[in-house]
Amino acid sequence: MRKILVTLLFLLFGTSAFADCNIKSGSINILANDFPALRTFVETSKQCKGSADFKVTHSSEHNKIAVPALTANPSEFSARIAANSSIVPLMNQDLIRPLDDLVKKYGKGIQDSQLITIDGKVMAVAFMANTQHLYYREDVLKDLGIAIPKTYEEVVAASEKIRASGKMQYPYAAAYKAGWNLAEEFVNMFIGHGGEFFKSGSAEPNINNAKGVATLNMLKKLSELSNPDYLTHDSEAIKVEWESGNVALMTLWASRSGTLLDDEGDPNITKATKLTGPATVGGGNIPAATLWWDGFTLAKNRSDADAEATFRSLAHAASNKKMVADAADQAVWLVEGFVPGPKSIGVIEAVKMGAKPYPMLPQMGLMHGALGSEIVEFLQGKESAEQALKDVEAAYISKAKEQGFL
Amino acid sequence: MPNKTFFWFFLPTGLAMILFIGLPIISTGIQSFYAQHDQVVKEVKKCDPFGCTVSIVVDNEETSKIREAKPLGKFNGFGTYTDRNHLAVEEIKKFWNETESFGAFVDQVTNLPFYKALIFTLTYCLFVTPNVLLLGFIIALSLNAVARKIRGPLIFGTILPMIVTPLVGSLVLFWMIDSQGIIGANIQNLMNDPYLSLKSSKTLTWITIIIYGIWHHSPFAFVVFYAALQTVPQEPIEAAIIDGASRIQRIKHIVLPHIYPVVTFVALISLMDNFRVFEPIIGFSAEGSAQSLSWLIYDNLVNEEVILFGSAAATSMMTIIGIAILLAPVLIRTWKEFKTAR
Repeated sequence: MRKILVTLLFLLFGTSAFADCNIKSGSINILANDFPALRTFVETSKQCKGSADFKVTHSSEHNKIAVPALTANPSEFSARIAANSSIVPLMNQDLIRPLDDLVKKYGKGIQDSQLITIDGKVMAVAFMANTQHLYYREDVLKDLGIAIPKTYEEVVAASEKIRASGKMQYPYAAAYKAGWNLAEEFVNMFIGHGGEFFKSGSAEPNINNAKGVATLNMLKKLSELSNPDYLTHDSEAIKVEWESGNVALMTLWASRSGTLLDDEGDPNITKATKLTGPATVGGGNIPAATLWWDGFTLAKNRSDADAEATFRSLAHAASNKKMVADAADQAVWLVEGFVPGPKSIGVIEAVKMGAKPYPMLPQMGLMHGALGSEIVEFLQGKESAEQALKDVEAAYISKAKEQGFL
Repeated sequence: MPNKTFFWFFLPTGLAMILFIGLPIISTGIQSFYAQHDQVVKEVKKCDPFGCTVSIVVDNEETSKIREAKPLGKFNGFGTYTDRNHLAVEEIKKFWNETESFGAFVDQVTNLPFYKALIFTLTYCLFVTPNVLLLGFIIALSLNAVARKIRGPLIFGTILPMIVTPLVGSLVLFWMIDSQGIIGANIQNLMNDPYLSLKSSKTLTWITIIIYGIWHHSPFAFVVFYAALQTVPQEPIEAAIIDGASRIQRIKHIVLPHIYPVVTFVALISLMDNFRVFEPIIGFSAEGSAQSLSWLIYDNLVNEEVILFGSAAATSMMTIIGIAILLAPVLIRTWKEFKTAR
């Protein structure tokens, strides 16, 4: 935690040299998610392609392509922009290569805090941080004399007050779309309650307990204050809800703040849109949110020449002070030279409050998947919290057995 | 056609079917009996920008050794088929012993993912197939009766739902039934309930998907029926008119018996298609309320960060068996008729 603060706040004074771009050969092909910061990052690395081939695929379906594409030999992509969760399947299948040599040789401007090391080996180089935190409408809260909520209990109370005032029918929004998004909200809230997903040292599930029930009850309360279609709403959908002025409190990714605060849309709403840290829940002192990093990894099944070319071009972006200065409002960059602006408040607050990173465990994907489908019926009021948690554990256990984790 | 001619005629198709359908099914079948090897994990130190922790990773060296020895995985027999996410044999036994009333037992069973999906799939088939047949037939009859001049454009308009890509068609409807969309908002007004949402209620979601299914599939039935109607001989119909038969009597006693084989064909194809219902669930973002067998396969393959090949293969095999069971009555009947015809 201290590391990131140091990274975020004191980087102005650092010195570094840019990676040199004298790449003679090789071909570069990058797979990445699709949001503005990543596009900027890849564009920047393209400036340093030398005479290598340069291709990129930006897709929001990147998770579905990654494992099959990197399993092929030679692999389709030479690099994959991954995050805490999406690096795990690549590690499980042994599809990415250690970067130690390349970092030593070409990674001059990359800071130590950017390196993701697993078992002493550098497996990825991070360049931005992300989290989900609260957004609020200053005008609405002021009108009704509501203080900025610090806990989810206060979010519920504030939303009820807004609804009672008749200003908005569904004052709260979060990405509750059944599947990955909904499960992510559970993960955040469960961690906020101090929960651990697995019994220590094993892959046995550990969510069917008082913390799990409290988590579900809070999600249910929040869902009742959301648009009734919440089970179909992803981040993009709630962003639209916000921009139409239907929502006054929202939990959303920090990386989306740029599009919320840009010139498009109603200027009054944009002006009144304010960011604050993630909320805590149930009297806990760590926020109900997870910290994420985005970084690049290199495919194992690709020639050393390609890996070298790819690393050099990506390292150019991952240590580029000009990029982080120009695109300061697109993301919370972990790169040297970044000066946090008003749009970075969410992540910085989360780090200050001691938010935990998303658990980087080999079996976490299975738990996430089971959560996404099995807690829906509880939110619809069709089953009890205990039953839903029992279902999640049972679904997870079957999958984990098939995968050999149990 | 002599058997020999038929053989050579059919050979290319047959080969392609074996290569692209038969062999993959066999390979899927084999895959479904295997699970992943036990994971070898080790404790390591992980460091990221947010700090260091000690946690576990998969030991790749050990794993690759085991994988090389047995690339298919660990033999699991029917283990995947009977686990909780599929047939859930043990869970059902437990529910049977533990629950007091039959209703509670059914509740528990329909809470299991496979049965949940099976029930939706069957409901969808049960409502969509007959309605598609009926609607297709009515449209074909009506169009057959209108003046030739306007028939062309009308036919084109009628088959539009089939031309529109399923995903696009369902997305259009999805936006219309949004609580702020044209249909959704009007229903809220009509029912005078601002909290009514077509997307959040399970029943309403099912109804929406079923209506969409009927809308999308009817043109297929219509096209086939319309073609068949052109072959109905005019003489018996004229004779029936002279005998004073009403329109309904003519349809019942002359038209329907004549196009009966075509009805069987459409019913077969329609059942097969409907049993594999998938696109509307994605288009309507209805994963929360409606899951079909095909959706389960999709979920196992792409929605998890860890791909579950065994689970997906087992569900695929059971879908094939399900289709075979559904089609059995029709197939047996066709076979009997074929034999008597000889």
